[in-house]
Amino acid sequence: MTAAPPPGAQHSQLRPALPLLLPAYLWLTLAIFLPLSAMVFFSFMTDLPLADRSWAMTLGNYAAFFETDLYGRLLLRSLRLGLEVTLYCVLIGFPCAYVLAKVLKGRSREAIFLLVILPFWSNGLVRIFSWAIFLRGGGVIDSALNAVLPFEVSVDLMYSYPAVIIGLVHSYLPYMVLTCYLTLQAIDDSLIEAARSLGASRLTVLRRLIVPLAMPGLIAGAVLIFVPVVGSFMEPRILGGRSGTFYGTVIEDQFVAVFNWPLGAALSFILLAVVLAVLALAAPVLRRQT
Amino acid sequence: MAEVTVHGVSRFFGSHAALQDVSIDFPDGGFYGLLGPSGSGKTTLLRMIAGFDFPDAGAIAIGGEDVAALPVQRRRIGMVFQNYALFPNMSVFDNIAFGLSVRGVARKETRDRVEKAVDLVQLSGLGARRPHQLSGGQRQRVALARAIVTRPQVLLLDEPLSALDKSLRVGMQIELKRIQREVGITTIFVTHDQEEALTMSDRIGILRDGRLEQEGPPAEIYDNPASEFAATFLGDANIFRGTVDGNTIHLADGTCLHCREALPPGTRAACAVRPERIMIRSTAGPVEAAAMNSLPARITKRIFAGNSITYLLNWQGETLKAFAQNTGTTPFDEGAAVTLHWAVESTIPLS
Repeated sequence: MTAAPPPGAQHSQLRPALPLLLPAYLWLTLAIFLPLSAMVFFSFMTDLPLADRSWAMTLGNYAAFFETDLYGRLLLRSLRLGLEVTLYCVLIGFPCAYVLAKVLKGRSREAIFLLVILPFWSNGLVRIFSWAIFLRGGGVIDSALNAVLPFEVSVDLMYSYPAVIIGLVHSYLPYMVLTCYLTLQAIDDSLIEAARSLGASRLTVLRRLIVPLAMPGLIAGAVLIFVPVVGSFMEPRILGGRSGTFYGTVIEDQFVAVFNWPLGAALSFILLAVVLAVLALAAPVLRRQT
Repeated sequence: MAEVTVHGVSRFFGSHAALQDVSIDFPDGGFYGLLGPSGSGKTTLLRMIAGFDFPDAGAIAIGGEDVAALPVQRRRIGMVFQNYALFPNMSVFDNIAFGLSVRGVARKETRDRVEKAVDLVQLSGLGARRPHQLSGGQRQRVALARAIVTRPQVLLLDEPLSALDKSLRVGMQIELKRIQREVGITTIFVTHDQEEALTMSDRIGILRDGRLEQEGPPAEIYDNPASEFAATFLGDANIFRGTVDGNTIHLADGTCLHCREALPPGTRAACAVRPERIMIRSTAGPVEAAAMNSLPARITKRIFAGNSITYLLNWQGETLKAFAQNTGTTPFDEGAAVTLHWAVESTIPLS
């Protein structure tokens, strides 16, 4: 900064932008801030403020998290699920994005791209139930394998941890492909050619040039996947069955089954705090990478 | 260092021939300019020497060794790209050291060699900067240092100066030439800028539509262009067409122009005259000696450029061009009827 801006310069910049900003912020206020505030309030109540119930303010809902180690264990399990799903999405999504951005051209790129974003067009519930048809014993995978293989196998992945992983990776993979595709496409081909002209093998080019330059996309994709997966409940419930108890399903239970909104709200905010803490801890490491 | 030979190389993209049967010897330690309009195949040829692309026919050898089976990372080349292609995630030092570190050169030797390269391109003290913190000229120098620090057998330059503004470009031309001479590396330089090719190259090859049109030292090509394309692409030229009779060309209006060499008689042919070889005299002036060609013309435009004046002239409905040094004499006015004179020695017959 060589010269300080004249007083009010920022103000005069903001004013013409207001009509553009206002609708978005008004909507965010109504749709997120107000309900979220109400949830914060709920999380400190003893009971729902319904007609015939008495309620008081309490910290008990937060204390409940620490009183039994069940919630802590489930939270760790959900964090592990988030990490695993994110890892698989990176391993599957990054090569796919690389091929889309750097290998394919023209019409074939469009076609493959369409296939990647196709899951976005279908209903999430339908996707999960269609996986159930595939994964269950006597299902599509089971029957197909038994039709080909000379010996009898039993592939019953339904209601297991792998089934939850498969369902979640399927649901969230497009985010990783899209964010990586955008950053990979922005890498000039001549950079890769320059590295190769300097004697770098394809693997070295990937490690020292492409991955560092694509890091913003990888991080954006990882955050977009990790955060919702940690709190996910639909895939664990439908595909996980009895082994599908995660932190997210417990929160859902509080709202839908047990009807203990205050506890559900408190557990949600603990999750939010933990996720923010994880991201804050990871930030310096990630920033050095980019 | 090494010589590079390209022998009978062709490259097709679908049915389009980007290069057709091109053979060039790039001498060891020389500075060779590949000149041509866009689409002439000069970049295709450079990329095949680099190993980014492979010929459909013919052979390429670097230092006597056939490189058909060698991918780019196994050839010992250095390349400077049009947009420099500096790695944005690395400092200037790491950019230059990249080629050494992927080859496993020890840390201390890497530091010494990078330092030497940085000194050579006069960038000392900027090692910690990121590419985006450098000016265009500085980026150019980093790209050059990065390409030569690995001691490649051949240095390939793909229009390296085209992204610089005019004044910087002239300075970098001299710099590039100095560095090339100091390192003594075989250099192949692609450009569409004829002035750049003339000032920098030891030899020039003119490419047109995938074929080698003419090749030789700059002065030789400039003074003896073999074709109309070579004459007009490398420098300015006035072209006259007519029927050949010995070393005379009869123009359509009956004028006879004497050429310095004979052409096959009876055929239609052309001759070229460089604008700076043409002298303009007012029609009333004294008659010239016999060893001169002369034409009457009318000045249609006078373009003043400080040290010189360009005249556009009308002769028989055709536009001719003549350059005159600004020697302080009164310039000719637009619309004036004049006579053009030039030596027979300056009349170049074209096949």
